[in-house]
Amino acid sequence: MRKLKINKEEYQIFGIKKLPSSVFSLPTFLNMKYQVNEKGYYGEFGGAWIPEMMYTNIDELKCRYLEIIESEEFKKEFDLLLRDYVGRPSPLYFAGRLSEHYGTNIYLKREDLNHTGSHKLNNTIGQILLAQKLGKTRIIAETGAGQHGVATATVCALKGLECIVYMGALDVSRQEPNVKKMKMLGAMVVPVHSGNKTLKDATNEAMRDWINNPEDTHYIIGSVVGPHPYPDMVARFQSVISTEMKIQLKEQTGSEFPTRILACVGGGSNAAGAFYHFLDDEQVELIGVEAAGKGIETGETAATLAVGTPGVLHASKTMLMQNADGQITEPYSISAGLDYPGIGPLHAHLHKTGRAKFLSATDEVVLQSVLLLTQKEGIIPALESAHALAALEKIAMKPEDVNVINLSGSGSKDMETYLDYFGY
Amino acid sequence: MKNRINHLFETKKENILSVYFTAGFPELNSTVEIIQQLEKNGVDLIEIGIPFSDPTADGPTIQRSSEIALKNGMNLNLLFEQLQHIRKSVNIPLILMGYFNPVYQFGITRFCEKCAEIGIDGTILPDLPLDEFEQEYKPVFQQNNLHIILLITPQTSEKRIRQIDEAGTGFIYMVSSSSTTGAGKKVEDFQRSYFERIKNSNLKNPQLIGFGISDKETFENACKYASGAIIGSAFVKSFQPEYSIEKSVSDFVKGIIFAH
Repeated sequence: MRKLKINKEEYQIFGIKKLPSSVFSLPTFLNMKYQVNEKGYYGEFGGAWIPEMMYTNIDELKCRYLEIIESEEFKKEFDLLLRDYVGRPSPLYFAGRLSEHYGTNIYLKREDLNHTGSHKLNNTIGQILLAQKLGKTRIIAETGAGQHGVATATVCALKGLECIVYMGALDVSRQEPNVKKMKMLGAMVVPVHSGNKTLKDATNEAMRDWINNPEDTHYIIGSVVGPHPYPDMVARFQSVISTEMKIQLKEQTGSEFPTRILACVGGGSNAAGAFYHFLDDEQVELIGVEAAGKGIETGETAATLAVGTPGVLHASKTMLMQNADGQITEPYSISAGLDYPGIGPLHAHLHKTGRAKFLSATDEVVLQSVLLLTQKEGIIPALESAHALAALEKIAMKPEDVNVINLSGSGSKDMETYLDYFGY
Repeated sequence: MKNRINHLFETKKENILSVYFTAGFPELNSTVEIIQQLEKNGVDLIEIGIPFSDPTADGPTIQRSSEIALKNGMNLNLLFEQLQHIRKSVNIPLILMGYFNPVYQFGITRFCEKCAEIGIDGTILPDLPLDEFEQEYKPVFQQNNLHIILLITPQTSEKRIRQIDEAGTGFIYMVSSSSTTGAGKKVEDFQRSYFERIKNSNLKNPQLIGFGISDKETFENACKYASGAIIGSAFVKSFQPEYSIEKSVSDFVKGIIFAH
């Protein structure tokens, strides 16, 4: 592959908060091992398992997304919004006291500092611009923790487009501040009462909405899941995370390659963004951390790769939590954003090929990691992101290692859970 | 032996009534009786729904019947057991309809062989896309004399309609309007121009219209543009706990094809 150009001049530009040339100056991948193929597959995973009712919309997206997002006009608009609206680049912060605690070097990629408090906005900015180019006037989205819902409602306010967010009724009650934020931003929040009333059910309902509104609506999927081209499209929008990481690492450590990168994985969008430009750099260890919930052996878990088997859900062939009859089983995690019984097909492929390692962390351990980061660094992480931190307890790290944690979101949405648990 | 769906379309050219129900609903063991009663009351074709936990193309009625069926303990193994001797009591063409994942877990080859053994005539797997079917699964369906019925919608392009007509067998399932099942749109909402376009396009397969067909009026209207129509949600909704299956089915079907 063509390496990302890193030179002194770019650092200077970077220094005054200008993005490196363009986040979409993506490397041309000669090695297609970890890239989606023309049919939308990563190895055996992916595809577009859609009913005919969705074909026209998906086909339009599939035929046009690359042409649109690779156009100069799009790149310019996208980069400008990432810089001036999202607040990118997000800092790569050397966490000194946490490093000392673990006897190694730990860097935090501060996606929690983005506008709206998580990495989710990178994708919704990209998709709202795309939706406009496609002439769509109505936006729908699913949300779990509410971060993607807020990020979608935000860009709809920004562009003056109608916004409908589907959210499991259980998540509506456990993520109330985000529900209120979405409403204040002008979005309609529709509680979904089917199934377990969480992210999977919200996704079902958003897909139904799209089937019922095939002409004017764009569905902003929040993760690297769903039918092709969504997993690839969302990964590209999130890949700005690893674009910046490479430049920042080179600046701070002298090498663009860390020892390892850790990111939490539900559907897997922040992990996809953090891994993206390192996929072909096999010397960089990639670690995804799933939500073990109460423990993978308890059945109350959302660690899809630990307990799942291949199947088809939400129009993608991927690893799923399901019973022997092919019925999807209900996931469990304290973190609403990771409470999903599937995983993006890219991650299923990285798991299968061994390119990335996947661990899991229980609710209990995650909460301890929240407190550790809070009191060592003065940063309160989101429950989701704390799963990546929790993995530090499990892996063997050398003093000279460079570990990058993608701190995907801020803990402000989880304060109620934290206050309840820690009893402050 | 000859596929019963072919025989139906060769012998009946209009007003074909196809009825969908969810296996395992309202009771786990209702399946065989519902099939027998539908045949007895003059229905032409039956679609037996395999319940799935995440029916993304279905509206609230079939979501609910699927959920109850799964709670009742329905699964594909059990459904095949229930249908094992179905050909001793009925001769009506039978279709299994369901989402891909339960069939995939059962094993596609095993599924097709089991269908052939029992006397199932066709399948509708809405989220098995045309290209995946053609590349992976077509031969095994053909070997088992099992029709794969494909869907078209008002948005389907002319070119793709031709591809679907070429690849699909049995009949074409014409989705009446862009919606999930049971959307309850009115007859006036039907896209007459779409119906007429399809009617005049000389497709190899006959067509049945489905989605939004709920009563005598919508059924008869749909029959003007195709060989017949499919009723699903309205039939599923018609089961009342206080009536026997015999009465429920008979009242419902008579309301469609005999009333007035």
